[in-house]
Amino acid sequence: MKPSTRHPATTPTPIAAALVAAAVAIIGLVIVVPLVSVFYEAFAEGAAAWWAALAHDPDTRHAIWLSLTVAPVAVVINTVFGVAAAWLVARFRFPGRSLLISFFDVPFSVSPVVAGLALVLIFGRQGLLGPTLAWLDWKVIFSWPGLVLATTFVTLPLVVRELIPVMESIGPDEELAAVSLGANGWQVFTRITLPNIRWALLHGIVLANARAMGEFGAVYVVSGHIAGATDTMPLRVEKLFQEYRTPASMAVASVLAGLALVTLVAKFIIERRLESESRDLEVARSIDETTGLEAARS
Amino acid sequence: MNIHIRNISKSFGAFKALDRVSLDVPAGGLLALLGPSGSGKTTLLRIIAGLESPDEGVIEEDGQDVTERHARQREVGFVFQHYALFRHMSVFENIAFGLRVRKVANAVIHEKVNELLHLVRLDGLGQRKPSQLSGGQRQRVALARALAIRPKILLLDEPFGALDAKVRVELRQWLRRLHDEIGMTSVFVTHDQEEAFELADEVVVMNHGKIEQRGTPDDVFDHPATPFVMDFLGNVNVFHGRVENGRAFWHGIPIDYPDYPHAQAREACVYLRPHELDLVRANDRAAGTNGSGQRSLLANVVRLTRNGAVIRVACQPHNSIGELHVDIPADAARDLSLNPGEQVSITPRKARVFVPDLEYVI
Repeated sequence: MKPSTRHPATTPTPIAAALVAAAVAIIGLVIVVPLVSVFYEAFAEGAAAWWAALAHDPDTRHAIWLSLTVAPVAVVINTVFGVAAAWLVARFRFPGRSLLISFFDVPFSVSPVVAGLALVLIFGRQGLLGPTLAWLDWKVIFSWPGLVLATTFVTLPLVVRELIPVMESIGPDEELAAVSLGANGWQVFTRITLPNIRWALLHGIVLANARAMGEFGAVYVVSGHIAGATDTMPLRVEKLFQEYRTPASMAVASVLAGLALVTLVAKFIIERRLESESRDLEVARSIDETTGLEAARS
Repeated sequence: MNIHIRNISKSFGAFKALDRVSLDVPAGGLLALLGPSGSGKTTLLRIIAGLESPDEGVIEEDGQDVTERHARQREVGFVFQHYALFRHMSVFENIAFGLRVRKVANAVIHEKVNELLHLVRLDGLGQRKPSQLSGGQRQRVALARALAIRPKILLLDEPFGALDAKVRVELRQWLRRLHDEIGMTSVFVTHDQEEAFELADEVVVMNHGKIEQRGTPDDVFDHPATPFVMDFLGNVNVFHGRVENGRAFWHGIPIDYPDYPHAQAREACVYLRPHELDLVRANDRAAGTNGSGQRSLLANVVRLTRNGAVIRVACQPHNSIGELHVDIPADAARDLSLNPGEQVSITPRKARVFVPDLEYVI
């Protein structure tokens, strides 16, 4: 925010100062003020009222629980798909490869509502797979699997998009070297590929999780908006707001906003911990090695 | 372990990287695959390592067909062009990798890795990350890592390509000594003929997916089998002329070429190496410009450039537009004290003639 503190030698030019001021103003107006007002409204009647709105309403409780289960499942699916797809695209050249890469972006360019409708058209009772699902007695739309499908759809590009450039820039040589040294596929993946992409993967997972928690449009269409059954937190916020229960609505919204902040902090902490872990590991190894060296000498 | 390569072909789409290549690598030998980029040398190396599979052909190691054997089971040490060190692992763990995936006991790993660190003169650097090493050190880590699994064959892809000139020469000599010590069958790829000649027992010159010539460095340099080899080995003056009755003519100077005794004249190329030409000041010697007995050529000096221990004199023959390069020792050049614009007389001590498609004529 203050370039002058980072580079004491450089005084900002008037243009730079104006740009910084504009950036601060926009961030304040668009991000900070709304976020603060959510918390302000949520706690306007005190912490007890906030807690009551969250904990004493079974529908709200259910919405929180649903969000906390749907999002991780979608994130896991995304992670597995993202790593496999990025590996395929980064390591192999095949016809239709660039078309496939563009398809990864479809969820970004399609409105989530349209995505939700498309899922209804396929999995709904009148949908393409409707009779089959009815025969199997599986419920997808207006049910938990539909929520997972919709959430997975909208978050699909986040992990794979994060990984492709990293995997391409690293190149296949380290993996080939590992193979020629005798590693099998799983060893190559866990010891070479995964450590090399871990930061990008973590970043993708954090983004996907944040998006999954907050998804509204696609989930709205497939959920049927059934309180106490298929309402996730964003849907619950909207329903409470429509019912003129603004303080309760803001209480749930504050939980969502809080989750976003926790995600950011978690990202920060995990990165720090992984770094210090790798440092510790190195120290441990050097101790190991010096003792090994002495043993070899004696 | 010896390697027999039989009729290996490999295409990438429409590009034919290798075209029915056959090659024997004797056990304990140090062989260089020399050629320009796109000549198929790296593809051949990767096929020997099992990192690439041939479209056709057979690879045998000590008489065993290993064509279908996975790279994991080839027991080949491969040193990649840009080393491909595992960036998130320490030097120690890089070298230990092949042993770790083989579930070797920790104590044995420590002993072996430290031994290898000593062998590649990196004692005490085991805890560094690859990013904290110089290019030459990384190269030696890559080598130690490849040697850790006790491979039967050592393959190196442009092993010195990414190093600066001084380090390159040192590492080259060190690698040669190392090879003599451990005596492992080794093949390396290079586009640098100096590197190939200094390091290898035998040189295999490749072009367009085929082997042009194979022989000892002396053989290949003194008796180039094809115009490409002559050209690729560098610094050669090429002239287009004709050949008839067992003689080719270069600017009217006859050059014996008994392989073509026919009376019918044919197109031919005359190759002259800069250090196989004699150069004197024109007025020092009566230039033989007259008639049939001509043995030398008159030219004007265009420029002089220092090229290591020799001075390269670029000359412009009087009746030609092409430049002719002559290398003379620096002290001889100082005695001559030539200046651009002066007239010189050039005599070839040795020349080679290649007739395109000769095999179809005879």
